[in-house]
Amino acid sequence: MTTTEKPRTPLVEMRDISIAFGGIKAVDHVTIDLYPGEVVGLLGHNGAGKSTLIKCLSGAYQADGGDIFIDGKKATITNPRDARHYNIETIYQTLALADNLDAASNLFLGRELVTAAGLVDDVRMEAETRKIMGRLNPNFRKFNVPVSALSGGQRQSVAIARAVYFNARILIMDEPTAALGPHETQMVAELIEELKAQGLGIFLIEHDIHNVMKLCDRASVMKNGQLVGTVNVKDVTDEDILGMIILGKKPGQAA
Amino acid sequence: MTQTTSHPSAASAESGPIGRFLKATEIDTRLVGMVGALVAIWVGFHLYGLIVNGTGVFLTPRNLWNLSVQTASIGIMACGMVLVIITRHIDLSVGSVLGFTAMVMGITQVWILPQWLGLGHPLIWLITGVVGIAVGTAIGAFHGWLVAYRGIPAFIVTLGGLLVWRGAAFLLARGETISPVDAHFALIGGGPYGSIGAIGSWVVGLIVCAAIVWLLVAGRRQRKKFEFPLRPMWAEYTLGIVGCAVMIGAVLLVNAYPWPRGIVSQYAAAQGIEVPEGGLFISHGFAIPVLVLACVGVVMTFIMTRTRFGRYVLAIGGNPDAAELAGIDTRWMTVKIFALMGFLTGLSAIVASARLNSATNSLGQLDELYVIAAAVIGGTSLAGGVGTIYGAIIGALVMQSLKTGMVLIGFDAAMQDIVVGVVLVLAVYVDKLYRSRAK
Repeated sequence: MTTTEKPRTPLVEMRDISIAFGGIKAVDHVTIDLYPGEVVGLLGHNGAGKSTLIKCLSGAYQADGGDIFIDGKKATITNPRDARHYNIETIYQTLALADNLDAASNLFLGRELVTAAGLVDDVRMEAETRKIMGRLNPNFRKFNVPVSALSGGQRQSVAIARAVYFNARILIMDEPTAALGPHETQMVAELIEELKAQGLGIFLIEHDIHNVMKLCDRASVMKNGQLVGTVNVKDVTDEDILGMIILGKKPGQAA
Repeated sequence: MTQTTSHPSAASAESGPIGRFLKATEIDTRLVGMVGALVAIWVGFHLYGLIVNGTGVFLTPRNLWNLSVQTASIGIMACGMVLVIITRHIDLSVGSVLGFTAMVMGITQVWILPQWLGLGHPLIWLITGVVGIAVGTAIGAFHGWLVAYRGIPAFIVTLGGLLVWRGAAFLLARGETISPVDAHFALIGGGPYGSIGAIGSWVVGLIVCAAIVWLLVAGRRQRKKFEFPLRPMWAEYTLGIVGCAVMIGAVLLVNAYPWPRGIVSQYAAAQGIEVPEGGLFISHGFAIPVLVLACVGVVMTFIMTRTRFGRYVLAIGGNPDAAELAGIDTRWMTVKIFALMGFLTGLSAIVASARLNSATNSLGQLDELYVIAAAVIGGTSLAGGVGTIYGAIIGALVMQSLKTGMVLIGFDAAMQDIVVGVVLVLAVYVDKLYRSRAK
């Protein structure tokens, strides 16, 4: 399906993935892949199956059929912990933050830093959080309040910090800019460029076609649970991609 | 990273001297409110007695000592209920489970163990206690399994448990009351012999004072190491002095309550001591059940604030999906939380049946409501994610103070129920107002 030849092994290959909920095929034999240092956009209408597909990779769902390969080796991902072992980090659309906990507790949730006695080391976690937030969002000051007291952008930066802190190799971003203002959107865009330069592979679920054209190297379009096709973004126009999303037709095919 | 970086917006709303004091000492305003309410209840009952009945009996060493003992059983369970409610569940079965485990322990120590070990054997109380806690934990874990792995709502599982375990307690002993319990076992319930005396209480008091100072010093050193904002020194001193003063006051209070004359002469006769002319003043000191409650409170607070388990409890309560996505095994956590609730219910059953010196079929009836009320009055949110152990213990103290106070001033049972019910609803309403203002 890919339009260019790549000699390297893909970082991730999701091959022939299917998943159904009560007879409805949410994802129907979809194959996508991702190379290091690349941003692949996942596009489609609401309900096209993008989030469901990606949740098979992040461990939130288990596929009914198909295989996932990481670095060319078959990977078994049955829960979010497995995904984290493969250095797959996810920024969910809902951000998946525990609103009653502060930024540091959320950042390290499930992977707390502990003292020699095995107790949670809040002070060290706060220090680490101050460090990474100083890099991602220098204006961030609210370290000791529940994240429910933060603005949308601040919450987003906590979720992003969580994904970045643990040396992700594969990053999944589910509409990371949906709730953000223009300035913060620009910050996320710069971050994506920076992470890409570091050699991460990024799956980006995105509705805004301009962001896709700007940020993504390739785009995989889904419709009704099936893959319409994957294109090189620089070889197509935004209208071509819109046509794939709306009509389910690959560019070059008669509409 | 200066002083001003990290304070909740809620604190900035109050900027008077009290607000500044609370901000500097980092004391939870909710804690201040609860303690204030408690003091108001105590003084109110005392004055009511003084004015209407001619004698104020509430604020006496004797009454406050009794109050502390009566609070123990509910308080121990409330510490577990906090975790259950934080994770958006409920446990309606604790009263019945308490009755059932007390009955199991009654049978163990009165009917079974004396046959093997002989009456009054020093191991009986220990084995009995272990059996009771094991049974409580197993029942709790079973409830948790039904909730987590079988998907039955906790309300239903424990409503069923409420009926099942009460019935089972009746069947175990065919409705008989088992009494008296083992003599060592009975000490856990309190009473003159089940207290640690004046010297023991001073030892406990001084250890606690040392611990308060150590916590303040260690906390400050740790924050300094990472260059976090520090409390001003006067705030540190205030906290230390207030903490130690409260502790020493408690020691003086429990030591001011002497053994009753009958017990003193009985004890003197047994020990071969001459009772002098004016009688012998032997202090109660802290009652053992109160120390049990204090230990439970400290351990549970430690678990909630310093362990991963506690962190996950809060995370699950705040956002169950996020907890799951963060790799937390939320179902296994639910089993553990209910098992812990069962463990504490078993412990509470020891205290309750030891205090009563018997296991009766009705032991613990309606306790579930008082335990839930204690947790909720103590600031645990039924919406999940919010709650503290110390809050639940103060909540239990508030509930028990109301009950005791109304008995002392001569309210009848019907009136007591009405007041407790009104206070519960009112407390939650005030809490809701507080929270919406804090946002």
